[in-house]
Amino acid sequence: MCVGVPAKIIEKKEYSAIVDVLGSQMEVGIIFVPEVSVGEYVVVHAGQAMTTIDEEAAKISIEEWRKLVDARDSEQVIR
Amino acid sequence: MQETLNRLSDKNLAIEILNEVISEAKKFKDLHGRKPAIMEVCGSHTMSLARTGLKRVLKDHINLISGPGCPVCVTDQQSIDSMIELSNGENRIICTFGDMIRIPGSKKSLFEAKTEGKDIRVLYSPTDSIRIAEENPDKEVIFLGIGFETTIPILGVVIKLAEEKNLNNFSMWVTTKLVEPILRALLDSGEVMLDGFLLPGHVSIVLGEDQYSYIVDDYGISSVISGFEPVEMARGLYKLLNLLNNNEKSIINDHKCMVSKSGNLHAQNILKTYFKEVDEVWRGIGVIPNSGLDIKDEYKKYNAKNKFEITIGEVRKTKCKCGDILKGLATPEDCPVFSKGCTPANPIGPCMVSSEGTCAAHYQYMRELY
Ligand code: SF4
Repeated sequence: MCVGVPAKIIEKKEYSAIVDVLGSQMEVGIIFVPEVSVGEYVVVHAGQAMTTIDEEAAKISIEEWRKLVDARDSEQVIR
Repeated sequence: MQETLNRLSDKNLAIEILNEVISEAKKFKDLHGRKPAIMEVCGSHTMSLARTGLKRVLKDHINLISGPGCPVCVTDQQSIDSMIELSNGENRIICTFGDMIRIPGSKKSLFEAKTEGKDIRVLYSPTDSIRIAEENPDKEVIFLGIGFETTIPILGVVIKLAEEKNLNNFSMWVTTKLVEPILRALLDSGEVMLDGFLLPGHVSIVLGEDQYSYIVDDYGISSVISGFEPVEMARGLYKLLNLLNNNEKSIINDHKCMVSKSGNLHAQNILKTYFKEVDEVWRGIGVIPNSGLDIKDEYKKYNAKNKFEITIGEVRKTKCKCGDILKGLATPEDCPVFSKGCTPANPIGPCMVSSEGTCAAHYQYMRELY
């Protein structure tokens, strides 16, 4: 029940939006994310968009790990 | 974006991180002479850790303890019985989340009530109950609202809609729970030994990172806010172990793409507008003061507890150990009926029914290990 689904905003209405979830479209409430724009991704829980997903932050967190692993690999090569 | 999100479930990346997690866990063991004990607070983490195999791989390295974050599981039996009893009246439509339908009541489950001919509907979105109330003006429509801070704002939206449409045939039976009081109760009791928490990304969307400062300030326990994909959970565990090994006390927000410092203020406003703090009874734990939210008096016409008189009989006694499991004091294998008398097809307690239940997770993904 707790895990939300990422969905892309296709069309924005006043209190709701049409979103695309892995190819299927549905209507979700946007009362918690009134500032959302078309093309942005949101997390949907029980029919409501709960937050927008910040792609930059998601990328940075993956890159951060990549750098750590790469640094360790090069340390091992040097040793 | 989809590509970025896919990376979060990248198997190879998860394995790389997992190796680092194991090496940090070994370091911890060298330092302390025992495995680190980490509680995943949320039932969704319990299920994801089991389903992705992380729990199995880490079994010998980390004592991963399931916490009290499965909403149906923590609901006490009297509340469950009351909600099921509501279905006994005439001309009623009971709407509920899917997790509730097969929870055993002392007399019967909602599923059994449905097979007896009662009108019980499982909804994905609670706001659908408003449409059902509009379509059925001659019936009382009751939504059974359970959940933590992720779900309670959505229940607030339902009250808002009922008010805007001036519905007289709609109400909600609310039994909700809050994260902070239960974490404090667990830590205050001192019953379970913990080194850190893996905090749920989705509840944190509403609460925000700053709301957890009491865990460090009052209890000196480190935590990481984590998402539910394999890469995210492994990374969260790595960061938490790293904090523990360096003896740093801190809360790391490892879910910054969704969780801000102050949380979702729109959702918090809805909570403040429609709900008030109340004492709640937790399964196996008892009453915790101000540990839940109920509908404010000014909206009491939408509170099913005001609208309907409910009497329930004696609560059925079983061997179920869900209460101890929720406190991190027992595992499903400690329950004498786990996988014997109690299975997902024939559940005795809520932890075996819910999609976030610890017993259900163990039954589906961990059982052959024991
Ligand atoms: S196995 Fe069944 S009876 Fe035992 S604790 Fe789990 S849900 Fe309760």
